Amino acid sequence: MTRQHKAIALISGGLDSMLAVRVIQEQGIEVEGINFFTGFCVEGHTHAIRNHHKDKEKRNNALWVAEQLGIKLHIVDVIEEYKDVLLNPKHGYGANMNPCLDCKIFMVGKAVEWVKSNHQDGFDFIITGEVIGQRPKSQLKRTMPIIARESGADDILLRPLCAKNLPETLPEREGWVDRAKLHDFHGRNRKPQIALARHYGLNDFATPAGGCCFLTDEKYSSKLVDLWQARHSRDYELDDIMLLKVGRHLRPAPHFKVIVARDAGESKFLEGYRKQYPSLYSTSHNGPMALIDGQLKHHDDVETAAAVVARFGQGRTAEQVEIELTLPDNGTQNLVVSPLASEAIPEEWYV
Amino acid sequence: MSDYQLDCQRLLCPLPVIRTQNKVKELAVGDTLCVVCTDPGTKNDIPAWARIHGHSLVSIEDKEDLIYIVVRVGA
Ligand code: SF4
Repeated sequence: MTRQHKAIALISGGLDSMLAVRVIQEQGIEVEGINFFTGFCVEGHTHAIRNHHKDKEKRNNALWVAEQLGIKLHIVDVIEEYKDVLLNPKHGYGANMNPCLDCKIFMVGKAVEWVKSNHQDGFDFIITGEVIGQRPKSQLKRTMPIIARESGADDILLRPLCAKNLPETLPEREGWVDRAKLHDFHGRNRKPQIALARHYGLNDFATPAGGCCFLTDEKYSSKLVDLWQARHSRDYELDDIMLLKVGRHLRPAPHFKVIVARDAGESKFLEGYRKQYPSLYSTSHNGPMALIDGQLKHHDDVETAAAVVARFGQGRTAEQVEIELTLPDNGTQNLVVSPLASEAIPEEWYV
Repeated sequence: MSDYQLDCQRLLCPLPVIRTQNKVKELAVGDTLCVVCTDPGTKNDIPAWARIHGHSLVSIEDKEDLIYIVVRVGA
């Protein structure tokens, strides 16, 4: 009896990985998906937090893609391991804090581990939706073999959408997959993908602009760098990187930052952190919840933070606003402050 | 009453899905698991995850700011 060969596919939730799976399924190969959660993924989070995303369907694209394809999806928490990828990328960063090439190597490497531990169930190769020339740096003809080599995948890594432009891989050589039925897509032109999607009857798909994670975002990256500078250490916990996605961040002094919710959804989210971080909100007017990251060393710091918070509430034009400050293990204080005028907030406070 | 409970309060998607996935691996076919969440995204994601993996959704209930999602482990 010939053995059934199976593939594990890296699923990002975008169109390319979806098409790569379809191409391989067409050849009668069973595919399962794997998706890695680094903590920076654009998925879900902000959608769930902010009010104005309320009517948008809050779906996880990777799960949705898997369901469309009829495949199982394994979501793997790589938050801890990913720190080393982000903090020490051998191949450096992209336009922002995105270590795309190292990230790809890491993820394919994790897929290799998965194949090894599931080999007895028939898994023996990996597929991705990569297309040569599609992304600067991480998807170049030159970097494709680097990913295959440094991840340890070598010739068990097949890219169905551009395989014809690359050397033959094991599944092609062994005849598990017919190379003639694979594709030769290249470059930034998305037309061939759109045409293939149509061919497969796929109409609804996510088209992430830029990248699959927050690290490609300029504002997010600058908040991350600011966090490291303020702490004199390039490190982070999950809570840190979640909070960078929420609210306005203002840094009146190097030793503390005020995170002010932008709407009720964010206020509710920040409320969940009140046992860990000092928090402020107005008791005299409606207004946002705010957290302090860092230390309020002097009474001046407390007053400044309270005046900032007052500025973003409905009492912004009032003479005085009452603010309650709660310290996680030191009770509450009530303050009366004059809200800062918006022009009194220096531009450089905004992180 | 569910056989097992999993606390995913304050976790944002996809973490509740990952925790559910890992917990279900320890359970037997037919067991029920109640996942307690706060992220509204879980109302879509946990059922979607369950469908993909052949588990069934028993109920989803909102109660006092918490979301209770009960799944039954499939074969
Ligand atoms: S955009 Fe983010 S998740 Fe995607 S490859 Fe780059 S670093 Fe990795």
